[in-house]
Amino acid sequence: MGEVTTVLGGGDAGFATTKFEALLGWARKFSLFQYPFVTACCGMEHMATAGPRYDVERFGAGAPRFSPRQSDLMWVVGTISQKQAPALKRIYEQMTDPKYVIAFGTCASCGGFYDNYTTVPGIDKVIPVDVFIPGCPPRPEAVLDGLILLMEKIQNGDREPAVLPPQKIAPLEALLQLRAKPQSGE
Amino acid sequence: MAKLISRPNMTAAEAMYVPEIAKGLGITIGRFFKNTFSSRGTEGNEIDTIDYPEERRTYPERFRGIHRLTHRADGSPRCVACLCCSTACPAQCIHIEAAEYPQGDARHGYERFPKVFVIDELRCIFCGFCVEACPCDAIRMDSGLHMPPSTQRAHFIFDKEMLMAIPAADGSFETKNPRHEPGDPTHPGVDREHHH
Repeated sequence: MGEVTTVLGGGDAGFATTKFEALLGWARKFSLFQYPFVTACCGMEHMATAGPRYDVERFGAGAPRFSPRQSDLMWVVGTISQKQAPALKRIYEQMTDPKYVIAFGTCASCGGFYDNYTTVPGIDKVIPVDVFIPGCPPRPEAVLDGLILLMEKIQNGDREPAVLPPQKIAPLEALLQLRAKPQSGE
Repeated sequence: MAKLISRPNMTAAEAMYVPEIAKGLGITIGRFFKNTFSSRGTEGNEIDTIDYPEERRTYPERFRGIHRLTHRADGSPRCVACLCCSTACPAQCIHIEAAEYPQGDARHGYERFPKVFVIDELRCIFCGFCVEACPCDAIRMDSGLHMPPSTQRAHFIFDKEMLMAIPAADGSFETKNPRHEPGDPTHPGVDREHHH
């Protein structure tokens, strides 16, 4: 019941004072409607989390909505290829606001060990990501940790990153820096 | 070719369909009330759900968790910066910069140490190849912890100090494998300066 006391911070006069944002965050974090964007093997672990043993429904995030317009939490589960990235972005744009994204597993988070030209090196290159869950695939415990982290984020009203963080070094500059770097041992 | 299937030998009650459906629903409804009105973990309750953040399942003994760099007796890393692990890594998530021990150190000229040892735990696929490749038992995945999720990719970059601060599941920073330092009577190797 920790959440209720945060929402209803009672005053000395016996009034239940509350902030509307806190109430809204409390309501939102327990009614996440998920859109599973499952593309690869991490899906098995996603199902294991949804299954009765770990039961993601305990957190109110169990009901999958296979329409982006009805969902506010996108699970990107698995490798995203360059050809799929526009579809992912389009689906993200169709989702209802406020919307959250969880990058599930190594491939969605950073491309994983697919170091090639067909794989997007992390979906945060395409859409903003709220929580990264590492693992190949992550254990259900790690997935639930990520979900709890997202719920804390929603409760705090933290919308970071709402937009993509700008790249600090442009690719060309990075290449020039690499070339200018003195070769050690020569 | 058609295969002949013999008719099931059903009683009149079974053939009527409805009593059997009622019987099956009775089991379902009975389980529903049993599980709803008896608390978890009691006799006769069959809910297998783990209340994860409060109740944790013990991981198997050989579960591959977060990496740790094992220590020597004096607290320095066992790693000799041979780059075997970063070579074996299929995800290329290990970055090592080797350095020489200072002049006068017993290990100078014999082995090196990692000046920089960085693992991108987000890129790591937890295959354990680095542990298998390591000739010095310097990197291990027996911490018994899964890598916790985070909101920023920068949080997953673990440097040498971080990796050396992670204990094994039993709380120790060393390994049970013995290590023979240069100068020990049990030390088998030769170094560049002193050939035996």
